[in-house]
Amino acid sequence: MSNLPPYAGPAERTWYYTYRLICAAIFVFLIAPIIVMVPLSFNAEPYFTFRPEMLALNPDAFSMRWYQDIIDNRQWLFSMKNSFIIGIAATLLATTLGTLAALGLSRPDMPYKGVIMGILISPMIVPLIITAAGLFFFYSRFGLSQTFVGIIMAHTALGTPFVVITVTATLSGFDTSLIRASAGLGASQTRTFFKVIMPLISPGVISGGLFAFVTSFDEVVVVLFLSGFEQRTIPRQMWAGIREQISPTILAVATILVCISIALLTVVELLRRRSERLRGISPG
Amino acid sequence: MKTFKPLSVALVGLFAVGFASSASAEAITVVSWGGAYTKSQINAYHKPWEAKTGNKVNSEDYNGGLAEVRAQVEAGNVTWDAVDVELSDAIRGCDEGILEPLPLDELPAGADGSKAADDFIGGTLTECAVGEIVWSTVFAFDKTKMKKTPTSIKDLFDTKNFPGKRGLRKTPRVNLEWALMADGVATADVYKVLSTPEGVNRAFAKLDTIKGEVIWWEAGAQPPQMLADGEVVISSAYNGRLFNAIMVEKKPFDIVWDGQVWDIDLWVVPKGSKNFKTTWDFIKFSTDTQRLADQAKFISYGPVRKSSFPKVQKKMQPHMPTAPVNFKNPLQNDYEFWADNGDELTERFNAWLAG
Amino acid sequence: MAVVSDGAGMLRTADGVPLKQALARATRVNKIKAFLLVAPLLVFILITFIVPILDMMTRSVSSPEVVDALPKTIAELVKWDGTDLPPEAAFAAMAAEMSDKKNKFYLGKAAARLNFQKSGFRSLFNKSQRKIKRVKQGPFKDAFAKIDKRWAQSATWNIIRNASGRYTDVHYLNAIDMNRDPAGEIAAQPKIKRIYVTLFERTIYVSFGVTILCLILAYPISYLLATLPLKTSNLLMILVLLPFWTSLLVRTTAWIVLLQANGVLNDLFVFFGIVNDENRIRMIYNMTGSLIAMTHILMPFMVLPLYSVMKTISPTYMRAARSLGANPFTAFVRVYMPQTVPGIGAGSILVFILAIGYYITPALVGGQSGQLISNLIEYHMKKSLNWGLAAALGGLLLIGILVLYWLYNRIVGIDKMKFG
Repeated sequence: MSNLPPYAGPAERTWYYTYRLICAAIFVFLIAPIIVMVPLSFNAEPYFTFRPEMLALNPDAFSMRWYQDIIDNRQWLFSMKNSFIIGIAATLLATTLGTLAALGLSRPDMPYKGVIMGILISPMIVPLIITAAGLFFFYSRFGLSQTFVGIIMAHTALGTPFVVITVTATLSGFDTSLIRASAGLGASQTRTFFKVIMPLISPGVISGGLFAFVTSFDEVVVVLFLSGFEQRTIPRQMWAGIREQISPTILAVATILVCISIALLTVVELLRRRSERLRGISPG
Repeated sequence: MKTFKPLSVALVGLFAVGFASSASAEAITVVSWGGAYTKSQINAYHKPWEAKTGNKVNSEDYNGGLAEVRAQVEAGNVTWDAVDVELSDAIRGCDEGILEPLPLDELPAGADGSKAADDFIGGTLTECAVGEIVWSTVFAFDKTKMKKTPTSIKDLFDTKNFPGKRGLRKTPRVNLEWALMADGVATADVYKVLSTPEGVNRAFAKLDTIKGEVIWWEAGAQPPQMLADGEVVISSAYNGRLFNAIMVEKKPFDIVWDGQVWDIDLWVVPKGSKNFKTTWDFIKFSTDTQRLADQAKFISYGPVRKSSFPKVQKKMQPHMPTAPVNFKNPLQNDYEFWADNGDELTERFNAWLAG
Repeated sequence: MAVVSDGAGMLRTADGVPLKQALARATRVNKIKAFLLVAPLLVFILITFIVPILDMMTRSVSSPEVVDALPKTIAELVKWDGTDLPPEAAFAAMAAEMSDKKNKFYLGKAAARLNFQKSGFRSLFNKSQRKIKRVKQGPFKDAFAKIDKRWAQSATWNIIRNASGRYTDVHYLNAIDMNRDPAGEIAAQPKIKRIYVTLFERTIYVSFGVTILCLILAYPISYLLATLPLKTSNLLMILVLLPFWTSLLVRTTAWIVLLQANGVLNDLFVFFGIVNDENRIRMIYNMTGSLIAMTHILMPFMVLPLYSVMKTISPTYMRAARSLGANPFTAFVRVYMPQTVPGIGAGSILVFILAIGYYITPALVGGQSGQLISNLIEYHMKKSLNWGLAAALGGLLLIGILVLYWLYNRIVGIDKMKFG
């Protein structure tokens, strides 16, 4: 329905524009909440409403005070550092383990593929509250609750399904004759892996890694159960903030997070295009 | 992917730095209820103690309950050192053996020389807990939104004369007591009536009359916020939080003291705390005459030491729950009743909420 | 691998191994290699994820508290026929075990466990422990009766006996609003205490509602995205992906900002005179809030599979239908929509699975009517400390999800799952 065919009658014409309007409304529903927060995070007053001065674009109505608040508040910077430590460690682990597993799963000889795939994907399917409760008991027993190691392990488990899925998807378009060609030309297995396989699947690996990172960076339920004071992350800090009092500081943090998401999204999009180009499917 | 190498090296570096700095100096973790209350403790207890001993206090927030304590104790990995709990939890935790018994005779004597055991108000020292403050659940309203002025607990349940949304804590505690008091039960008889099935039914029936108008809160910082946002026009709240909103943030709220339900908060130490000696030192320090009186500077909760009363600032005295003008129709929270019936009544309360 | 044929017609490799055997070995080696690649992750997931969850599930059936605290008493109670009062030996054992100082920790746990069964056990145990210590000799039956008259009732002892097994079904019974009466028969909970069945039902309704809403909203835009030229659709796709990549808490906060009584939306309504200032609409801290926010958060999970299926449908089918005389509506419903069913199935099951276990959003914007089963699990985990019941509720939820997961795998295949 991209273009109205020339033979369309008046009813079809009306429907065509109504339909576009409906779609526009749905897109607004998707994006509006995220957009609305951004200007409010620059509000000079501690409220969540647009005041007339703001709408008149009076510069006095805007301020950076809530951003200043983040910088001044030890707690936020501290939780940001923790989020990055946990996120990066979990991502590195998840990406390594997940990529290896995906390589194995894509081999034609892989035994019990269905069952194993089911187990590997399960962290994504099991409700977080159940995961969190289970890990809470089990990790406590081994002294892993309220430690970085415990949370990193938990987040690694939650992130691996994304890596497995994206890398497996990339490998499904992988031409295995390239490996034989490489071997035929005398390359060792390691050399083949790094020189032939890796460059081809790296877009999948990186986007899987980014998913794993976002999963960890955004995760709050497991952190609520497992983290102590020292491991407080941004989402944990936001959770406390939303429950207690929603000051525009939360909106400022949220805006920063949205910017991070946009950056990540751009990376993934670029990678996707690169992957398609490499695989010869031109996106046009 | 050559370009990624420097990045990953940098990331590993950051990771290493993060770990190194997270395992730093010796410190105790003190857990309390957050917001204005924790702030008052930081000012009155933590900072002077840190200055005196050179130790560090990590302050953490929670929403009450013994779940974390019990999990830590059962797992043998206790990371909390001192926890600020309500009396019923202090009793329950002690009974279950998940709290350290405390050597109460080591508590310092009062500033006036009276022995600690005599200085603390009756019931504020128990086998495993040392009291800090007397606090009270009261209700408050927004003066700008109320046409008439509520004066008694009955008015909280009167939606005809006092229309608008109400904020109540999402727990049967206090709410059931208030429902009975509003239904005409004398304050002294509340727990007697509540011990009978008919009394419980009566309380729930009374709550039913306002159910549709209630917004339930969980964290102590919420009700002042909800009043300020206009989500509710009248709400139950802890008196100290309201004091903070009215006196510090200059919000147009007023407190109704009629039917206040008072309780105490106490320090407990989870069994197996790795820093017991330091923690006990902190508790002894924070509950001495001066510190308890100091805390009353920052929040309007009453000290549990008699010797602290005279040291409380004059201007704070009318805001204390125990001030004679406020203490006309008080009810003390019956911890024995709640330790026994809490599970069942909460279950019924949850079912009532969901229904 | 050079292959030679020997006289008997059997194919052999150059070093004389029969080819069949060599191939079998090669396959086996390949299988092992493939498995070794997967093994690290498999072991990791089993240890850090699957075992902890199974371990928690054992809590839903285990109940060692009472027998740990009162082993000798239980041994006596088992011999008792359940009518009238237990023999004096049981009372004596109870007195001994209650007086044992080292037993205090276990007695506390047992009292907590029994108190979930019947209110009052906590104080009954405490009181009795304090007083029975002073009783040096029997008959203990009378001593206990003097401490509290409940010890002279067979119901009290029956409750202890019923809770004495190391394994129990009582948590699962409680999770479906049932219980055992003192005689040990299964009976429905009194009406005022029933909650979990209602909440399971509500969770299913809400998840279903969210799935339908997601489908209704996602279908038109997926169709638009699939039929627009790639350049435009890639641009619009960002509008779908940005929410997908944005923190869950950020999006929930955003809805609080928009929907609360003094929020942006209500301000707009008042500004345009749709409602007056007194009667601002309540859109948050209730079911509406949960529904709106969850639909928004889960919608990308519907758009992405729908889009990828629609992308593969050739526009020629529609044109053929039109040229055969179908009007646009009929052509769409009879020709296009049936081809999108796999996408609808994939998206719906995925959204439903995610919705049914949702915790954060209902907790923050659900108020009292928008709470789901996950919120109750959290309550029993963190507040009431009834971990057995929490595990049983989680177990039931998990079973439901695994069935759906299995269905998803059958219909769509997990390996078909894609993001972005």
